[in-house]
Amino acid sequence: MLVQLQGPWSWIFGRLTLDSIPYNNPIIIFAFAFSVIAGLAAVAPVIYYRKIGYIFREWICSVDHKKIGVMYIILGLVMMFRGFVDGMMIRTQQVTADGPNSPGFLEAQHGYLPPSHFDQIYSSHGTLMILFAVTPILTGLGNIVVPLQIGARDMAFPRMNAISLWLTVMGAMLVMASLFIGDFSAAGWVGLTPLTELPYSPSVGVDYWMWAIQISSVGTTLNAINIITTIIGMRAPGMRWDRLPIFTWTTLSTSIIGLTAFPILGVALALLGADRYLGTHFYTAGLGGNLMLYTDLFWIWGHPEVYFLVLPAFGVLSEVIPTFSEKPLFGYITMVAATFAIAGISWTVWLHHFFTMGAGPMVNTFFSVATMLVGIPTGVKVFNWMLTMYRGRITYTTPMLWSVGALFLLLVGGLTGVMLANPAINYTVHNSVFVIAHFHCMVLLIAYTIFAAIIYWFPKVFGFKLDEYNGKGFFWTFSLGTMTVFTAMFALGFEGETRRLDYLYDPQWLPMLIIEELGIGLYCLSVYYFFRMLYVSIRDRAKNACGPDPWGTARTLEWLTHSPVPFYNFAVTPEVHELDELAWRRERHCEAVRPERFDPIHMPRNTMIPIIIGIFAFGFGFGMVWRIWWMAGGSLFLIIAAVIISSFTPDPGYTITAAEMAELEKQHAQHGIVAESGSPLPMAEERLV
Amino acid sequence: MDASRGSDGPLPPLWHYGETEHDPISTKTLGFWLYMLSDALIFAGLFAAYGVLDQTMNAAGGPTAAQIMHPVAAFWQTIAVLSSVLSYSLATVALKTGNRNGVLLGIVVAILFGGIFIALEFTDFASLFAIGATPDRSGFLSAFFILVATHGLHMMFGILWMLVLILQILRSGFNTAVVTRLLNLRLFWQFQASVWVCVYVFVYLRGTFQ
Repeated sequence: MLVQLQGPWSWIFGRLTLDSIPYNNPIIIFAFAFSVIAGLAAVAPVIYYRKIGYIFREWICSVDHKKIGVMYIILGLVMMFRGFVDGMMIRTQQVTADGPNSPGFLEAQHGYLPPSHFDQIYSSHGTLMILFAVTPILTGLGNIVVPLQIGARDMAFPRMNAISLWLTVMGAMLVMASLFIGDFSAAGWVGLTPLTELPYSPSVGVDYWMWAIQISSVGTTLNAINIITTIIGMRAPGMRWDRLPIFTWTTLSTSIIGLTAFPILGVALALLGADRYLGTHFYTAGLGGNLMLYTDLFWIWGHPEVYFLVLPAFGVLSEVIPTFSEKPLFGYITMVAATFAIAGISWTVWLHHFFTMGAGPMVNTFFSVATMLVGIPTGVKVFNWMLTMYRGRITYTTPMLWSVGALFLLLVGGLTGVMLANPAINYTVHNSVFVIAHFHCMVLLIAYTIFAAIIYWFPKVFGFKLDEYNGKGFFWTFSLGTMTVFTAMFALGFEGETRRLDYLYDPQWLPMLIIEELGIGLYCLSVYYFFRMLYVSIRDRAKNACGPDPWGTARTLEWLTHSPVPFYNFAVTPEVHELDELAWRRERHCEAVRPERFDPIHMPRNTMIPIIIGIFAFGFGFGMVWRIWWMAGGSLFLIIAAVIISSFTPDPGYTITAAEMAELEKQHAQHGIVAESGSPLPMAEERLV
Repeated sequence: MDASRGSDGPLPPLWHYGETEHDPISTKTLGFWLYMLSDALIFAGLFAAYGVLDQTMNAAGGPTAAQIMHPVAAFWQTIAVLSSVLSYSLATVALKTGNRNGVLLGIVVAILFGGIFIALEFTDFASLFAIGATPDRSGFLSAFFILVATHGLHMMFGILWMLVLILQILRSGFNTAVVTRLLNLRLFWQFQASVWVCVYVFVYLRGTFQ
C-alpha cells in the first residue's frame, strides 16, 4: 500500500537528511538570517521586560475572542509581508530575465533565480497571500468585531476558537519550515495535477503545501461553525435579524461559504495525499486517474473561497462608508439580499477558471452566464455605497481613503472580470498576466478594506488611534504602487505575456516590466510608511487616546462600550432598539449613559489545550511531510488524547461578582487588551489545563 | 426615524439586567449540526469523485464494480449499522427517564453492532485484497476504497466516542456536558447510518446491477 520512494529513508528521521537543508543557497541563507533577526527582534523585548509568562498565560492560552482576533491579524500581516517579499522577488526575476541577452546571476541562466526556485516562489506567494494572509486577517476581524456588534460576551465556543487559531498558525509555520528544511511546492498555489503527483514532484514540496493548507483549513472550518453559532445564538436582547449590522451579515454569509466549501478542499487534497502516500490513482496520468476531477474539486472550493474573502471586505466598506459619510447605509435590505445572492451564486461559477479545458459550449455558456450574474448584486452594492456617500458629510480619514480606493479597484477588477466571464475573450487571454492583473485588483481590493478595517477598529481594541499622517502616506504610496504595477500588467497581458514565466522571451516587454518594478519600489515605500505609522502611533499613544467612539460618527453597537474593550466586552448586556443602535442613542443623547448597577457575570478560563493541540498538529504535519511515521502517528494519537482528556475536565469558568464589576468599570482603562490582569480576577493562574 | 418616539420622550430600557445565559445544550447542538453539514460535504465530495471514477475506462483493465460488489455481504453490514442505530436510539429513550443502566446497555449493544460492521468491512476488504483488487490497482478502486474506508473511519470514531461516554456516565452521571454529548452522538450515529445507506445504494446495489 505505502508508496516506495526513491532516495534514503530511515525509521527515525524519515526522508529528512542533512542534505535537505539548503545551506548552500545564498538567497535562502539571507531569508533565514532575516527571519532569525526579525524573530529575535520580536522576542527580545518580551524576554527583556520579563513578559514571557504574561505572553504565555494571557495571549497564547487566551480564549478571549479579541486577543485571538488580534493574533490572527498579526499572523496575517507577517505572512502578508512574506508574500510581498515573494512578489518582489517574482517581479525582480522577470525584469532581469527578459530577452535572450539578459544576464544570469547566481545559478540562473537568466535573472537570479533558477526555474525550480522561481516556481516555488510564485507557489508560496499565492498560497501565503490567499490562505495565510488575507484569510486569517478577515477571520480575525470577524472574531474581534462580530461578538461586539451583536452584544455578546464571547464566541459560542471560546476554546474551539483558540484551537482554530492555533491550527491556522501551525499551517503557516509549516510553510515557514519549508523555506529552510526541504523545499516548497513548485506546482502553483492551485496545485496543478498531475504535476503534483509523486513521479513529477518527488520532493517534499507538494507535501508541505498540502498539509499546511489541510491543517489550517480545519481551523477555518471550525471557526466558521463558531461564527455561525455565535450569530444565531448569542445576540443581545433586541438584536433582531433586521437590526444586524452589515459586517455581521457578511461574516455570517462568508462563514456559511467557509463551512460548505472548505470540506471540499479537504477532500481534494486528501485524495491527492492518497495518491502520494498510498499510491492510489485519483489524479494520476495513467491507470484510470482523472486530473480534471482535481481541477473541479479544487475550484468548487476555490471560487467560493474568493467570495469567502470578498464578502467580509464588502462588510467593512458598509461599516466605514456610513460612518464617514454621517449617513445611515443606503439600502440595508438590498445590501443583505445582495450579500446572500453573491454567496449563493458563488457555488455555480467555478468552471470559469478553466473555460479552455474543453467542457463544450453548453457548459461554458452556463458558467459564463452565471459568472456575469455576479455583477448584478455587486452592482447593487456599489450603487448603495455611492448613494450612501451622495449628499453625505464626507470626512476623508484614512479608513475612508482606503474604502474609496477599494471601490475604484472593485470597478477595475469587476469590469475586467466581466470581460473574462465571456469564454470568447477568455480563450484569448487565458493564463496571460491579464488574468493575473484582474484577480490582483480583486484581492487588493480586499487588502484595501483590510487596511481600512484595521485602522478603523484599531482604537476600539487598543484604546488609541493610529497616526493619520503616516496612514495617509501609506495609502498613497500603496495606491500608486498598485496602479503602476497592475496597469502595466494589464497591458503586458494583452501583449501576450503568459503567467508563471521565469524567463521572458520577448525583449519588447522590458519597458512595461521596468514600470512594474518601479511600482514595487512604491510598495516598498508604503511598507516604510506602515511601520512608521505603527511606531509613531505607539509612541504618541497617550496623546491619541480615545473614548468609546473615537470617530464621533460611528453607528453600530461595538462603539458603545469602552475603548479599549474590556475583556468582558459589555459590563451589562445592552438592549438593542434599532438598526445602528449607537446612532439611535446619540440622537436621544443617551450614548454616554452607563448602567446603574451590575450583575455577576460568568467568563471562560484560559487554557493550554488549544496550543497543545496546535503543536501536535504541527508535529503531525511535519511527520507526514517527511514520512516520519512515529512522529505523525504519535502526534495524531496525542491530539485525540488531548481532546478526550479535555472533555473529562470541562471548564467551570469563573464569576465576576457585581462589586468586582463596579470596581472594574471604574478603572476600565487598566483592563484593556494589553493590560496585565492582576488580582482580584482569577484569569489564568489557577488552572491552566 | 419614528416621530412618535422623539428625543424628548421617555427612553426604553437601555441595559438588560439579570440573566442573559444562553442555553448551552441548544448552542452546542446547533454547532454540532453545522459540523455535520461540513461532514456531509466531505462525503458529497467523495461520492462525486466515485461517480466520476466509476467508469470502465477508470477501471484500467482491472476489476469493475459489477465484478467485485457483493450486495449480500454489504446487506449484512447494513443490518449491523441499522441495528446499532436502533440500539443507540433505545439508549436515548432510556435517557429520557434517567435510566442509567438502560442507557449503558443500549450503548454497549450499539458498540457491539458497530464492531460487527467494522469486522464485516475488514473481511470484505481482505477478500478484495486477496484477488488483487487493491486501491492502487485503478482509479475506480481508489475511489471505492477511500469512500468506504472514510465511512469506516467515521464509524470507528463513533465507537471511540461511545467508549469515552460510557466512562463519563460512570464517572459523573448525566450532567449537562454528558447529556449534550449523548444527544450529539445520536445525531452523529444516525448520520453515519444514513451515509452508509447511500453507500449501499450508490456503490453496492448500483455496482451489482450495472
